[in-house]
This record gives sequence, structure tokens and C-alpha cells, in this order.
Amino acid sequence: MAEEPLNMQPAGEGPMPPSGGDLYSKRQQIYPKLAHGTFRSLKWLVMAVALGIYYFLPWLRWDRGEGIPNQAVLADFESEKFYFFNIEIWPQEAYYLAGLLIIASLGLFLITSIFGRVWCGYACPQTVWTDLYIWVERAFEGDRAARMRLDRQPWTLNKVLRKGGKHIVWLIIAFWTGGAFILYWHDAPTVARGWFTGEAPLSAYWFAGILTFTTYALAGTMREQVCTYMCPWPRIQAALTDENALNVTYRFDRGEPRGAKRKSESWDNRGDCIDCKQCVQVCPMGIDIRDGAQLECIHCALCIDACDTIMKQVDRPTGLIAYDTDVAVAARAAGKTPPKYHVLRARTFLYGGLIIAISALMLFGLTSRASFEINVLKDRSPPFVVLSDGSLRNSYTLKLVNKDANERTMVLTTVGLADSIVTVVGMRDEDSEQGIELPIAPHGVDRFRVLVEAPSGKPVRNFDMIVTDAETGETTKNTTSFRGPDK
Amino acid sequence: MTDANHKVEVDEATGTETTGHSWDGIKELNTPLPRWWLYIFYASIVFAVIWMVLMPALPALPFTNSGHTRGLLGQSDRVEVMAEVNRLKAERSAQAGAFVDASLEQIETDRNLQQFALALGESLFGDNCATCHGAGGRGAKGYPSLADDVWLWDGTLEGIETTLQHGIRHEEDDDTRNSAMPSFGKDGLLPRETINDLTEYVLHVSGQDAEEDAVARAEPVFQQECSICHGEDAKGMRSEGAPNLTDAEWLYGGDRATIFETIYNARNSHMPAWSDRLDATSIKALAVYVHTLGGGE
Repeated sequence: MAEEPLNMQPAGEGPMPPSGGDLYSKRQQIYPKLAHGTFRSLKWLVMAVALGIYYFLPWLRWDRGEGIPNQAVLADFESEKFYFFNIEIWPQEAYYLAGLLIIASLGLFLITSIFGRVWCGYACPQTVWTDLYIWVERAFEGDRAARMRLDRQPWTLNKVLRKGGKHIVWLIIAFWTGGAFILYWHDAPTVARGWFTGEAPLSAYWFAGILTFTTYALAGTMREQVCTYMCPWPRIQAALTDENALNVTYRFDRGEPRGAKRKSESWDNRGDCIDCKQCVQVCPMGIDIRDGAQLECIHCALCIDACDTIMKQVDRPTGLIAYDTDVAVAARAAGKTPPKYHVLRARTFLYGGLIIAISALMLFGLTSRASFEINVLKDRSPPFVVLSDGSLRNSYTLKLVNKDANERTMVLTTVGLADSIVTVVGMRDEDSEQGIELPIAPHGVDRFRVLVEAPSGKPVRNFDMIVTDAETGETTKNTTSFRGPDK
Repeated sequence: MTDANHKVEVDEATGTETTGHSWDGIKELNTPLPRWWLYIFYASIVFAVIWMVLMPALPALPFTNSGHTRGLLGQSDRVEVMAEVNRLKAERSAQAGAFVDASLEQIETDRNLQQFALALGESLFGDNCATCHGAGGRGAKGYPSLADDVWLWDGTLEGIETTLQHGIRHEEDDDTRNSAMPSFGKDGLLPRETINDLTEYVLHVSGQDAEEDAVARAEPVFQQECSICHGEDAKGMRSEGAPNLTDAEWLYGGDRATIFETIYNARNSHMPAWSDRLDATSIKALAVYVHTLGGGE
């Protein structure tokens, strides 16, 4: 953060209400007023898309063939697989999920470095659900002034009905939210039906209950307290922003000195801010954007909409509050032309480059992965066995992963170990010239115990175990070692 | 530290109130926590008290039976573990249906039964057998390796099962595998010089350097005293559990001093019978597991 422009701002009241010396602060109830404008519309749109995806995605079907779940997105604990449209992730491929998380966090960094703190303002579940809950609240109790009036009123039937109705709708939304979560972990129609007939697993009730409670509590009653006191992100955000980052900014160079203005008065020698406090009233965080960058600000841009509405009314240009950078504000305040905003900066290149690199790596892995895997684990105890004729034996656990929906026959051969004899325990296949045939179940992992005998020789000899699909000829290999005593 | 009687003071640089406390002139800014945070703190204290009443909590109490407070809910991890173990046993025995009826040979060649036997056998082996035979049956001095191709008694599936059931030289079991090597030196059956000669003879038949005169002297003694069990060609005898003396495998050691000690004191090691400790399914699984360690016979 550039210190210079911040210090030039007028000292406001500060985000913390005066505590009167108390070490614990009483919560100030916030009554956000409905704003109208570009950003409010954009936020409605983002909310509709995000909630639409969350609530309805588990119901989307995706045919994968006989015996495999046909849910488009499903984390299936029973078969230990994660399904995402035509991608199927096995437990041993969990690094794809790690890659996805890395991309997600880098994406957050990139977006933050280009557009500022838009995650908090538009996409964070806390923001989206709080917005939805305030919408419900507004439907029952009216806008800011009406809500404040209602809260001051004594308890009448009207008040009880309005407040009660609000809480009931809140709870219904909360329950739907908690319920939708469990659909991602089970077949959606089955678990949804089972949930009401008592046949769903205990964890489904447990998680639906927890998420119903947290949705109701966090979006209904906690709201801005979550962002200010519970969330680590505002603290991390400070490390990701700089004087070139776009932030929702009050352009004090244009606004100050502020003050109420009559129509007859001239705009000369004063700022454009008429101190109407609309920006404060629409703020869901209850702060004054004119105090400058603040930890509490989630950059939802509703104050931009509110201010623009007023600026049009008083016939001044819009954008007194706007997405702007600290350097631009400082330059204008100093009477210079503000520098052009550069989307392409060192850090956007860095984040973007990293995202492309990791995505490419994952894409390569996903497209080039074989339909089966071979994994050879050499026994560590005993590392080798000396046989009665003085030759050596090593034993291995061979794991074959079949990602195909069909049962397959694999042929095991070895290359690179002279005069060796290979046997697979339980496989009475004498014709080991062509290799040993191993059956593997569809969609399964099979373990075989492989014994390799060879004359004594060097303490460590590397060789390849090769597995070939008997039908397709598809081949994978794994290099392992054959050990003997040090001599 | 001085207390300014909570007179509200505002810090000039930040515009934030101070707590009113001063440490050597340094003042702390008061950025108050939300009050609900404090309430959560109180709630967690209340929770702890309720937990202490309901759940086992206070340890090391001399005046209680169990040594700790049990809590009103009577929760016990021990009971839960035992219930879980019993549930697992029931599940296993259900799975073991086909397993019980199948022959050992069938178990080893059927993929499903084999996987079941290996999984069960591996854990049983680790719990019961690895103490002496080592992880993976690697063996140790006096405890035969189960991973090699040498079997003292019987390395077939059935033979291993029998050994597991009845043990070796396990006195309480009438069907135990039994034999006794005489202590030729300790019991005065042979003079020390003859035992020295026999040692050279064993070194000779196992292909090691030996004193030729002694070997010649020991030949008739070996045929008279030892060949009953170890065979005229010294290649051992399964029925007596007598090891082959001509190969590279030694249970106790193949050097001169150890061979002398073996002849002088004799070696008669024991293995307990497991049929009264493990059920038939477990022994079957163990037999298959041990057989797969080195491919058995």
C-alpha cells in the first residue's frame, strides 16, 4: 500500500464504534438500503448463477455406462472415486484435486491483482447468501427506513408476522442449502428420497443439519461479523494488494471538501461530495468508504451505485466513488494526469503464467493417462532370500489398476534380468515363456504376489516388469530392483 | 503499570482510543473484540463443565474403582472398541463362508479367496508370528526363514497348516511335530575329540574347508550316530525334522564354532500349537499367507 495517498485523506470516524473505554464492543445493527445500478445488477446475476449451479448441479445426469453412477458431479466415497462430467479421478490421483486447489488459489490471486477484491464482493458464499437473506428480509420488513422503524416498534401482530415469516423463509433456504450439499456425495435422487424416509446415511443428516445451522446463523444473523472477525481473507488481502490494484475508492481529490449543498449554491471551491451518506446507508458492512481503504470493506461496489444515482440527480459526472487505484487518486490530487491502468503487470504475468503451466501439466496428465496402471512394490523384509542352491529370490507386490469397465487379461513379462524365473503366487501358469496371464476385475485394483529367482550376482540389479493387455497390446512398465547380499 | 481509572483517552496518531494502560510510556490501543466473542468464551467454559459431568474426565483418582470418573453417560472407548472388534469378527465370519469349505489349494488359486487369506494372514502373522520369524518371515537364528525354499518339516499348504495347528515339540499337544536331537557332548555320549571330528565332517559335506583326517575319522561315527535322522548322505529327513546338512542354509549358523556347539548341546527349539489360540479360519489364512511368502512347496 502506498502510504502517501492514504495519509492525505480526511480523518473520518474510523470503522470501530467508540467503545467508551469498554474492552468489548456492542454490535451495531446494520440496515443496508437497496441500491440500484450496474453493480447491483451484476451482483444479482452472479448470485443467480452461483446459487443456480450450487442448488441444481447435483441433479444433472451424465451417462457413463452400466453400473457406474450417472451423476455429472459426484464425490463417491463408496467406490472411492470422484466424477466430474467425463473425468473420473481415482484415490491415487488425488493430486489432480491438489492441482485444482492450487489453480483456484492462483486464480484468486490473479483476479485480485487485476480487479481488486472482487472475490469478497461478488462470489464469496458469505456475500452471496447474506445478499439473498437481506433480499428476503427486505421482502418481509421493507427497506432500510421501514426495517429500522419496525425494530423500534413494540411487538405487535404485524411485527411478529413479518419477523416470523422472515425467519421461516430463512430456515427453508438454509435447509435447502444444507440439503444440496449432501447431494454432491451421494446419488442425488436416491439420497433426497431416502433423507425423508429415514433411509439416508447418518452423515447425510448430520451434514445437512450442520449446514442448515451455519447458513442460517452466518447469513441471517452474523453477516458482516463473519467478514470482520472470523475470516482470514481480509488479512491476506492486504498482502495481495498494492498501489496499482483496483479498489472501490472514494476519489477524495474530487469529493473534498465535502458538505451539504443547496441548489442555488455554486460548485466552485468545494468538492462534489454532498455528504448525503447514501454510500454509508447501502453498505452491507456498515462502513464509510470515504474513510479510505479498510479491512472491513468487501468491495461489493454498492456504494458506487448509490453515489452514481445521486451524482446524476445533482447533475455532476458519475464516478465520485469508483474502481480506481491509489496511484491514480494521488496523481490527480497532485494535479497530474493519472497513469493508465495496466492490466498486464509483472504479477499478473506471474500468476497467469503459473496457472497456465499447472493447467497444462494437469491437462497433459489427464489426457495421456493410461487405462491401467502398474505399481511394483518390492518387499523390504526380507530384502532377498538365499535359496538352498545359492541362487537368490526377491519378492514383489504387483498392483494392477484397471480403469476400464471391462474385465481384462494382462500379461506379465520381465526384461533385463538374466536367467530369471518369475512366478506369481496362485497363478498356476507353467507356460511362462510368453509371460504370465493375470486377470483384473473391471474398475478395480488387483494385487499379485510375484516371486523372482535369479542366480547370485551384483548386489543391485535393475529390471523392468512389463504388463501388456492381452487384447489391445497396450503396455506399461515399471522399473524395479533385484537385490542380493553385498560381496 | 498504571491504571487511569478507565478515563477514555484517544491516541493522536491513529484516532483510536487507548486502554488507559501504560507500560514505560507505551500505551495499548483499544480495538475492542465483539461482545459475542466473549460470550463464546463463556459458553466453552460451560461446555467443559457439562462435558466433565457427562464424560470420563478426571484421571488418577485413588478412591474410584476404575481410577477415573466415568461420567453420567457411561461412555467408554474400551467398550466401543470391543464392539467394533466383535462386529468385525462377525463380518469376517460371514465373508469366510466359502473360505471355510474351500481347500487350501482352492484358496490359493481362487483370486477372491486368496486376497482374503492374504489380508487376514498378513495381519495375523504380524500379531502372532513375526515376533520370532520376523517381518515377512525373514527368519532369525533359531527361527527358520519362511521365505526361502528350505522346509524342515513340510512346506506344502497342508504341512504348514499342520505345523500351525500342533506346533513343534509343543508338549501339551499329542500331535505335535516331535523329535529330539541328543546332546552328544553335554550328556557324555561322545568324547569331545569325536565331536571335533564330526564338526569337520559337517563342514566337509556342506562344501566348506575341513580337515581331511578328521573327516575320515568321523565318517563311521556319523553313519552310526547321525544318519538315522540326517540320512546317510546327510541330506536330512523330513519325518524327523532333521535339516539337510549339505546345503547353504543354516538355522543356527554354519561356521565351525556353531556347528560344534550344535552337536555338543543339541538344538531342540519349540513352536507353540496355535489351534487353541486361533480359530480354524485364521489358521487356514495363515497357512496360505506363509505358503505365499516364498512360494512354499
